[in-house]
Amino acid sequence: MSQTLTGQLDTTQESARKLQSRRGRSIRKLVGKAPLAIIVTLFLVVVLYPLVWLILSSFKTTQEFATQPTWALPQGFAWQNYVQAWNSGMGTYFLNSILAVFPSLFLILAISVSAAFGLEVMTWRLRNPVLFLFLAGIMVPLQLVLLPLFTVYFQAGLIDTRWALIITYTAFGLPLSVFLMAGFFKSVPREVMEAAVLDGASIYKVFYRVALPMVANGLVTIALVQFFFLWNDLLFSLTFISSDSNRTIQTGLLNFTGQYGQVDWGPTFAAISLAVIPTLILYLVLNQQVIKGLASGSLKG
Amino acid sequence: MELLLRDRRTILTFVGPALLVYTLIVLVPVVWSLVYTVFEGNVISGFQFVGLNNFATLIRDQTFWQAVAFTLKYAVVVTIGQVAVGLLLALLYVFYLRNASALVRTLIFFPVILPTVAVAQLYSKLFEIQPQLGLVNSFFQAVHLNGLVQPWLGQAGTAFLVLVIMDIWRSMGFYAVLLYAGLVDVPNELIEAARVDGAHGWRLIRTIVLPLMTPILFSAIIFSINGTLKVFDSVLALTNGGPGQATTPLTLSMFTTSFANGQYGYGSTIAFALALMCLVVTLVIFRSARRNVA
Repeated sequence: MSQTLTGQLDTTQESARKLQSRRGRSIRKLVGKAPLAIIVTLFLVVVLYPLVWLILSSFKTTQEFATQPTWALPQGFAWQNYVQAWNSGMGTYFLNSILAVFPSLFLILAISVSAAFGLEVMTWRLRNPVLFLFLAGIMVPLQLVLLPLFTVYFQAGLIDTRWALIITYTAFGLPLSVFLMAGFFKSVPREVMEAAVLDGASIYKVFYRVALPMVANGLVTIALVQFFFLWNDLLFSLTFISSDSNRTIQTGLLNFTGQYGQVDWGPTFAAISLAVIPTLILYLVLNQQVIKGLASGSLKG
Repeated sequence: MELLLRDRRTILTFVGPALLVYTLIVLVPVVWSLVYTVFEGNVISGFQFVGLNNFATLIRDQTFWQAVAFTLKYAVVVTIGQVAVGLLLALLYVFYLRNASALVRTLIFFPVILPTVAVAQLYSKLFEIQPQLGLVNSFFQAVHLNGLVQPWLGQAGTAFLVLVIMDIWRSMGFYAVLLYAGLVDVPNELIEAARVDGAHGWRLIRTIVLPLMTPILFSAIIFSINGTLKVFDSVLALTNGGPGQATTPLTLSMFTTSFANGQYGYGSTIAFALALMCLVVTLVIFRSARRNVA
């Protein structure tokens, strides 16, 4: 909020100043700012053109790749690239990702929200040390836990199953989620909860009926941030999943392009696009929340 | 109310599940991993106690030091790149685009949310030479700079370059937003006052804006260096450490040692060295930050 406010303030002052010294300066300003416009345009081209190229290329036939320059527009929509990519594995990987990511998301939200309530609203002596313990988890290099976890999962027969992913995703989603959620509970006014207690509500009812609805926005933010982390996970899936039919979208894509990448560009580009599309749609719809969520996740330092 | 909030059983019900999962899956393995450093073997062949052998081997291991050197080089170059480009963008957002910056911000942020593997595949196509020229090589061919048409990912130097470009491309929008948030917090009166005193353009930024941004710049640097020291996804998906060992960071070296060679003890030792490195670098930056601010 304060950002837009200061922004507006800035322009009002700016336009007032402009009015005062319009002559002479405006021309100089226009010339002086042309390089900046070029820089901004350049940035936009560098960011967007590769993505446009990716999508366009996913609609090209093998023959077009061989005969046309790489930047040529596709001559038609070669949907068979997508069909081929989907049928030669991407469909399975896609489903595996969904079946691992969404249960994990649900567990992360359920466990971290109640923990954050316990840590932020309840009063107890070890509150701060425990909160700090969760925070420390954000810093732990994942390489440090891979081998012990692999050993345990191996002995429990969980290697190459969805469970290994769900358990690990849930545990590693907790530190950031608990930390962010505690922040959201901080902004719930105490008086509202106290009033509910005076009306005879139990603490669980206060949590469920009073506090939870007031942090609904926070829940969405955390779900979004964690979705991107889990959907884009490579390391855990690479470590705990061994058979092709159990791969998630990232390890699957790695494998897919390894097989088809050299020969068939069309299906490869279609496969890459398939992996990108869910994140793309989410971002198109909820970009402001995504940006805020991801940025707030890093500012704990 | 107070009594209700102090009830032990309620607290345990709320915090217990999270604490249990977190302890079992994150905290215990960290300690366990430290224990592995004095063992050798793997889950199939069993483990033997080897004392400090792993550390002795580590110090004499050339591939380890190569990986350390690559990790540091990569982390320093990419951190500087990410933060510098992010800062440039943030300055453009605030001082040039102003209110119109929302759309540009959203577009430049876009690569941040893309899966790393997909981005790496896209980049390996962009820079491809065989069997077809990718976009970059086609471009150089079209402008008759045939000397630059080359196997970008097949040579150590250019592979590093492509990796750096890709990771800056992927994250600059993120750092731009981060620094933008810090930049709009700089009090407007200060900037206006400096303008009245005759400071404009680059001088205004250098003498007024940058010093005020020091805290947020330092947190961006710490965040960036911690991420880049642990780089794994982009390297694995773009170059897989090659050509040869040229682009192998510690994380990848740990992964191959552990899972391809089955040396859990030695792998844990490398992971331990990595964790130590992250800690030391963060502390060093923290200290220099404190000296700078005070």
